Amino acid sequence: MNIIVCAKQVVDVSEMKVDSKTKKPILQGVPQKISDIDKNAIEEAIKIKDKHGGKITVVTVGPSDAKERIKELLAMGADEGVLISSTDKYDYRIVSSLLAEAIKKIGEYDIVLCGEASIDMFSGQVGPRVAGLLNIPQITYAQNINAEKDKTVAMRNMGDKSVTTESSYPVLITVTKEINEPRLPSLMQILGAANKPINEWSAGSLTKELQPKVETIELKGIPMQRKNIVYKDDVDDSVKKLVDSLAKEGVLR
Amino acid sequence: MTEEQKLFQKTVRKFCEKEIKPLASKIDKEEYFPWDMYKKMGKLGLMGMTVPKKYGGAGIDKICYMIALEEISRLCGSTGITIEAHNTLGNGYIYEAGTEEQRKKYLPRLTGGEAFTALAITEPNAGSDVGGIQTTAVIDGDEWVLNGTKQFITSGDIAEAIIVMAKTDKTKGTKGISAFILEKDTPGFKVGQLEDKLGLRGSKTAELIFEDCHVPKENILGEKDKGFYGVMDTLDRGRTAVGAMSVGIARGALEDSIAYAKQREQFGRPIGKFQAIQWMIADMATEIEAARLLVYRAAYLEDNNMSFSKEAAIAKLFASEIAMRATRNAIQIHGGYGYMRDRPLERYFRDIKLSQIGEGTSEIQRIVIAKRLGL
Repeated sequence: MNIIVCAKQVVDVSEMKVDSKTKKPILQGVPQKISDIDKNAIEEAIKIKDKHGGKITVVTVGPSDAKERIKELLAMGADEGVLISSTDKYDYRIVSSLLAEAIKKIGEYDIVLCGEASIDMFSGQVGPRVAGLLNIPQITYAQNINAEKDKTVAMRNMGDKSVTTESSYPVLITVTKEINEPRLPSLMQILGAANKPINEWSAGSLTKELQPKVETIELKGIPMQRKNIVYKDDVDDSVKKLVDSLAKEGVLR
Repeated sequence: MTEEQKLFQKTVRKFCEKEIKPLASKIDKEEYFPWDMYKKMGKLGLMGMTVPKKYGGAGIDKICYMIALEEISRLCGSTGITIEAHNTLGNGYIYEAGTEEQRKKYLPRLTGGEAFTALAITEPNAGSDVGGIQTTAVIDGDEWVLNGTKQFITSGDIAEAIIVMAKTDKTKGTKGISAFILEKDTPGFKVGQLEDKLGLRGSKTAELIFEDCHVPKENILGEKDKGFYGVMDTLDRGRTAVGAMSVGIARGALEDSIAYAKQREQFGRPIGKFQAIQWMIADMATEIEAARLLVYRAAYLEDNNMSFSKEAAIAKLFASEIAMRATRNAIQIHGGYGYMRDRPLERYFRDIKLSQIGEGTSEIQRIVIAKRLGL
């Protein structure tokens, strides 16, 4: 079973700070990493490969240094990497078309796996768009995948309910964070990753249409202000007031 | 750091956060030995870090090994010393001095996390003065017969293969010492008392007794009467590693102090706003950075087959001394809370003391450095 995993290099948001005056995120010097949920996608790909055999190819759109991030996925168990290299900022539409073109170029595949969304922008658009461009079925928000020989059955997390969906191959599946726990590569696997191939294809070689239609004008952190309400008199009375306040804020339903 | 080294660090850090952190306090307080965790470490490659792949190791370079030791020791000194002794003193010695047969026989189990190894040098009357050991090995047909007592042997009671330093020529001091690999079920071998220590309480420290222990002739490790040089070479390697361990423990003291200084308020502001605290923390950070670079330099020299004996001694001396100071000041910054056992500060303070003693005291390091400077 040949599996292609789309993974995105993102800033490590846990290391990101917001300028207190301008409210703009400070991105300089913030380390990059593979978006967390994309690692769940890799983990699921490895599990499917363990069951059926085959090959896992990782595809990323990003600058040249993204190769270093791809190596971590190769260490986990992917077989080959493809970097669609570009330093330009693209919108979801272009990223999706680049991924779809790269997947067509790779050729044979049974499953395309993506994270449900990236942890930096969290649009959730890329997976479905790629499936649309490839004209293949898609299963989004999978919290469980059972890949059988001729079909795959996935349970989709729809918030307050789960929906079981079945598809033939090829299929694109986006996974949620709870689907698995991504493995840590062993030291031997990290060393071994240096010998696995990473092909670099320029964005321009895949599509000529690289002009974004969506422009990001401004990016600002959301200011959080605490209400600092303290109930400290009678315990019973305070508990009641606290519960009322939480209910009023919509925290308790 | 190269990208590969960063990935090593990230991987080991994640593992330690998940597996070691929740157990660190229990390991210290209950002298708990987490066998399962060591098995997991074996799978990750942490039990045979610098041993080449063909013998089951991970085959990483010495700098990566130091990175891993720092990460492990940052959360648990006991685990740090156990891993260090196993990797450097045991596996390292067998790999460096062993024959192809010895490497193939012992290393795969040891590197896979299935078994521990230990190096037995110290005796009741021979600590820094290795030439003064009294354990003897006498040839008897196809076997060596070992007699004597060793003490303070890290992982001595759990090791499956123990490297025992013994006199093969009593008339020759350091030039009459040889090393032997002894298997734990050898008749005549027994574990004596387990030590009750100040710190590193989750690391096992045992007395080992040899009474007419017959060891096959081929179990001599390295050349006869040349064991002193082999063990000194191993201790050189160990010094860099103890330096890395010290940096790890000191980093714990630093990180906890920064967090506490930001959160603890006195006189209406966080104590981190007071210069007295800032200076202690700034000094800690400076010294830790310097110590880490000394450790990396010694490891780099070793990786590149250059002389590293002086640099390893410098790294160990400096790192262990500054770490002692860092853990002491971290308790000072935490005040009464630092003195209590429900925080790890007092553990760091107890654990680090061994770094100034084990694998060559600070005084011995100074002698090594002075000698290498031609004095």
